Amino acid sequence: MSDLVVDVRDLTRRFGSFVAVDRVSFQIPRGAIFGFLGPNGAGKSTTIRMLLGILPVSEGEGHVLGFDIRTSSEEIRARVGYMSQRFSLYEDLTVLENLHFFGGVFGLSGARLDQKVRELVEMTRLDGFEQQLAQGLPGGIRQRLALATSLLHDPEIVFLDEPTGAVDPALRRYFWERIAELSAAGRTVMVTSHYMDEVERCHDICFIHHGRLMAQGSPGDLKSRHLPGQMWQVRTSARAEVAAHLARVPGVAGAFPSGETVRYLLEPGFDPAAPAAALRTSGLTCSAPEPAEPTLEDVFVALSRKRGTP
Amino acid sequence: MADEAVRVRGLRKRYAAGVEALCGLNLSVQTAQVYGVVGPDGAGKTTLMKVLAGVLSFQAEEAQVLGRPVPDGLAQVRHHIGYLPQRFSLYGDLTVAENLDFYAALYPPDPEGGRTRQDLLEMIGLEAFRDRMAADLSGGMKQKLALLCNLVHRPRLLLMDEPTVGVDPVSRREFWTLVFELQRGGLTVLASTPYMDEAEQFDRVALLSEGTLVREGTPAEIRASVPGVVLELVCEQPFQAARCLEGSPGIQDVQLFGDRLHLFAAQDAPDLRQALEQRLGQAGLQVHRLRVVPFSIEDVFLRLTT
Repeated sequence: MSDLVVDVRDLTRRFGSFVAVDRVSFQIPRGAIFGFLGPNGAGKSTTIRMLLGILPVSEGEGHVLGFDIRTSSEEIRARVGYMSQRFSLYEDLTVLENLHFFGGVFGLSGARLDQKVRELVEMTRLDGFEQQLAQGLPGGIRQRLALATSLLHDPEIVFLDEPTGAVDPALRRYFWERIAELSAAGRTVMVTSHYMDEVERCHDICFIHHGRLMAQGSPGDLKSRHLPGQMWQVRTSARAEVAAHLARVPGVAGAFPSGETVRYLLEPGFDPAAPAAALRTSGLTCSAPEPAEPTLEDVFVALSRKRGTP
Repeated sequence: MADEAVRVRGLRKRYAAGVEALCGLNLSVQTAQVYGVVGPDGAGKTTLMKVLAGVLSFQAEEAQVLGRPVPDGLAQVRHHIGYLPQRFSLYGDLTVAENLDFYAALYPPDPEGGRTRQDLLEMIGLEAFRDRMAADLSGGMKQKLALLCNLVHRPRLLLMDEPTVGVDPVSRREFWTLVFELQRGGLTVLASTPYMDEAEQFDRVALLSEGTLVREGTPAEIRASVPGVVLELVCEQPFQAARCLEGSPGIQDVQLFGDRLHLFAAQDAPDLRQALEQRLGQAGLQVHRLRVVPFSIEDVFLRLTT
């Protein structure tokens, strides 16, 4: 049990008759970057709130750092970091004052707090913004401040709920470098994101849909086991039309424009030449189809289309 | 010009604190174009949207939307414009369907054809949630509902500030499929986005940085607008590999792309690749593949703004 930082079994949460999280089980080993993926409304944030002890569990059980999520929320919250989608900062306090305030909430004070704040200001590149009021800070700076705030008490595990939502491509990379550093230092990171390129860097991924766990594994596992077919691409200048047309060809799923190509999944047993032939018959021009490397976005799309019982 | 849905010349915006958010911007969006605005935090994307929506004062030699001057002429074309700010207000204590009805009542839809509210709900995957209170929707679903509220009156111009942030990959595809379909019916779209894969599908893209237009053109023009080559490296441990390769002779920059790295160089050469493989080998990092790939908009973004 020692090396499992999170261990949940049949975790369930109901809101009235609606089952938001439905018998979900997973484990996270210490030091892992654990990606928690799924469509909007799949139950990701609800699960995280249960892990933090903020939201009562309807059924099932779970432990975070060995503490029972049903009975030990105080102990858990003292040891975990949490960056929510809509984090709250004190708008009339400066960046530095916010950090000192939240540090105090976590029981830090004096030289230890000063040192920790300095360390985090440097790590999240907030230097230069220390004296600015939280109000009116650009989104990316707020996001960095929120990350710093969640790390003040040296948590053993951090829950990052869409930390890179509105973050620009350069800053997203910066965030993921910090996540990799935390993991290398033995901290555990559970992260949700809708950017399928960045979650390629997770060690392990859980995919949930309609509150149910649909797939789990490394990015490589998911691509090899949860893609029902082979990815192909054609080059064309009429991408929207070609994608719309391909979507109607038997055996083709998830046709979508990507860069200068249209990518699509071809289910097993279908002739790879058929989609291009169908396009030519309808007067659309494109290159000969070529196999494409699968991405996690392809897996996400395939798993989202699986119609389990909602 | 009648076929310009948006036209600004010399657009400036200075905030009270003395920050110049826009420094003399020129921009034209043709009717029925899907036009994208990208750029780092603080580039001025949101300011531009607010100016065009008429909710922020500014200085400009010229600023027109649907042929009317901003802000004085906006009242005449308001009902043809949809504006989706980053934080769109939904009524939390109304259901999904009631929110749509409310916005439809505010801005009555053109009765001529088009999609019904029911169609829109189904298309964007909100049909199952039509009777849920907006306050109880997940973040991404709220965003989808906000989009729909801006489509019920069938606008001619849609201004959207990062509309797909927090929206899952499948819904994001459905959303853009819907937008491109509306475009074929004549809708003009000006949208900002942090998703470079979305920008690749737009008709034209403006790359802003610190209030200035850094690049403007079709995605192909943007991709071709920086010199040098991109080498794609597929290897074990990309984070370590990135650190190992920083400062390598001949390499201008190293950036993570998913599970791989992009290395920017002035030119490709066999001895450059050999040196890189050697350097990684010495660090115990195995190279699976190293090859030249075409520039993407994300590559250009990173080259020009970091």
